[in-house]
Amino acid sequence: MTTVRELTYLAAISEALREEMRRDPDVLLMGEDIGGEFGGAFKVTKGFTAEFGERRVLNMPLAELGFVGAASGMALMGLRPVIEMQFADFITTAFDSIVQFAGTAHYRWGGAVPWVIRAPADGGLTAGPFHSQNPEAWFVHTPGLKVVAPGTPADAKGLLIAAIRDNNPVIYLESKPLYRSETGPVPAGDYVVPIGQAHVARTGDDVTVITYGAMVREALGAAATLADEGIAVEVLDLRTLKPLDTDAILATARKTGKVLIVHAANQLAGVGAEVSALIAAEAFQWLDASIQRLGGLDVPVPFSPPLEEAYRPSAAKIAALACATRRLLTCKDKPEPQMDTDKHG
Amino acid sequence: MLAPDDVVASMHRDLGCYLVRGITPDRIFGNLLGKATGVSHGRDANLHGMGDLDHNIIGFVSHLPQSLPVTVGVAMSFQYRNELRVALTFVGDGSASAGVFHESMNLAAIHNAPVVVIIENNQYAYSTPVTEQTRVQELSKRADAYGIPGVALDGNDVEAMVAGIQAAVDRARRGDGPTLIEAKTMRMLGHAMHDGFEYVPRELLAEWAAKDPVDRFAARLRTLGVDQVELDEIDHRCNVEVTAALEHAQAAPLPDAATVTQGVYAP
Repeated sequence: MTTVRELTYLAAISEALREEMRRDPDVLLMGEDIGGEFGGAFKVTKGFTAEFGERRVLNMPLAELGFVGAASGMALMGLRPVIEMQFADFITTAFDSIVQFAGTAHYRWGGAVPWVIRAPADGGLTAGPFHSQNPEAWFVHTPGLKVVAPGTPADAKGLLIAAIRDNNPVIYLESKPLYRSETGPVPAGDYVVPIGQAHVARTGDDVTVITYGAMVREALGAAATLADEGIAVEVLDLRTLKPLDTDAILATARKTGKVLIVHAANQLAGVGAEVSALIAAEAFQWLDASIQRLGGLDVPVPFSPPLEEAYRPSAAKIAALACATRRLLTCKDKPEPQMDTDKHG
Repeated sequence: MLAPDDVVASMHRDLGCYLVRGITPDRIFGNLLGKATGVSHGRDANLHGMGDLDHNIIGFVSHLPQSLPVTVGVAMSFQYRNELRVALTFVGDGSASAGVFHESMNLAAIHNAPVVVIIENNQYAYSTPVTEQTRVQELSKRADAYGIPGVALDGNDVEAMVAGIQAAVDRARRGDGPTLIEAKTMRMLGHAMHDGFEYVPRELLAEWAAKDPVDRFAARLRTLGVDQVELDEIDHRCNVEVTAALEHAQAAPLPDAATVTQGVYAP
């Protein structure tokens, strides 16, 4: 029987790494400041050098383009490097190697590149424009990559194990705002959450919120608030952004007929646009209201608290927009003031 | 120089490398013609995408020198598994200006990786002469910045190249780390077929034509007593093989459009 403990989101990531390294000698870690006593900027790998040695916990120079490329070389030889990008924001420096080399190698000539990049993403922490970004849309747009974004400690563990075992390059977006503030049940031992499967985090009949990452917690908060007002919100946690779980997306859209898509990343040309297009194309006749989106503003992530709050979706904003989305149908008979969604886009 | 289980990442100018490693001429022509029988099955163009791990070749990508960090990583995997294997790659004088060149050489040096990096200094990055690319014309001197040996060789002297590369490969294999080799040579044609390379002074071309490595090596073989008839025989065998391979590739099918989405992901 599987033991389930309460772990933080961050501890769940560490546990997945530790268990995979114990299981498979081909799994190794690469990244800036991850080794020794230090254990990384967020301490995810603290104690790893002591257990696994310097051979398997490789401190890297400040040269992401070089060491992501090197990880591709190791992966082609059958190793399974897990790269810690110190902040997801810095992944741009390695863009060429990820998009042009790793993403295309298998299609062009059959070279499998089974690495994982752990990218500490997202904000809400007043960390400014270069420590708060959500870069997922670039990689969802890139052929040959897989992209996952866990929103709970259990998924953080299960998706990281799945990513390490996958034979393709996987961008694993971990949500910094959840690191130590989010605690939840996590199965001990071998626990895999398959890539490509969304999860209904809360069931409801009135309106669906489709989201992922740290916005799952915000959506569940909004759902709890609206439940008090008699509105039953369904929350679909995508968990994997590439490949999207189209069946789960269409099932919930057909069920409630009213959909709000939420992500912390900029709304413009974000993952939500693709989800929205999918629903419009495949579930149009089930919709009772136009599809709504809520994402970050089209500005660099600002530092100062009131600015970042204005930039970023929240439980309160989700609740307001979900409520408005639900009313769009009934409003036809009894016009009510609608939210100006443009200010979010 | 390299053992069969050593790994090489060649460029778009290294046709000989692919042949020596065992990629057959019909597969190369197939790649050039976009045929299903080409190395990349029609996925990639001309000499790009000619990776084949059965022959320990990493496929080339146009973003030079993105194969360089990959090759360093291949070498690091040999260290990780305590394998006495060596990785080798080629870059151009143009690629040596890219930031990833520095990042990769530095990484190789820090890890004492068993890698050999050959800069083919063919004097021009497309139309830009090396004199306009860098102030230090001896590209091998960059090795000093990484604390590794840098060796300048006459890239048109077959024996000098063999000896220099063999020494670097041996050095890497015995655990003494990376070597940067600069092979001084000349690009005798345009960057590609569309390029008339009017920007290259014709007297410079004539100067390098007199140093043609194949002619020089043939002359060297004759001084060692190899008969011209034997050299002609080799030429003839090559022509027959290449002609047959071209005919084979021309007759081969184009890829089935229904396969366009296949192979994006590894199973």
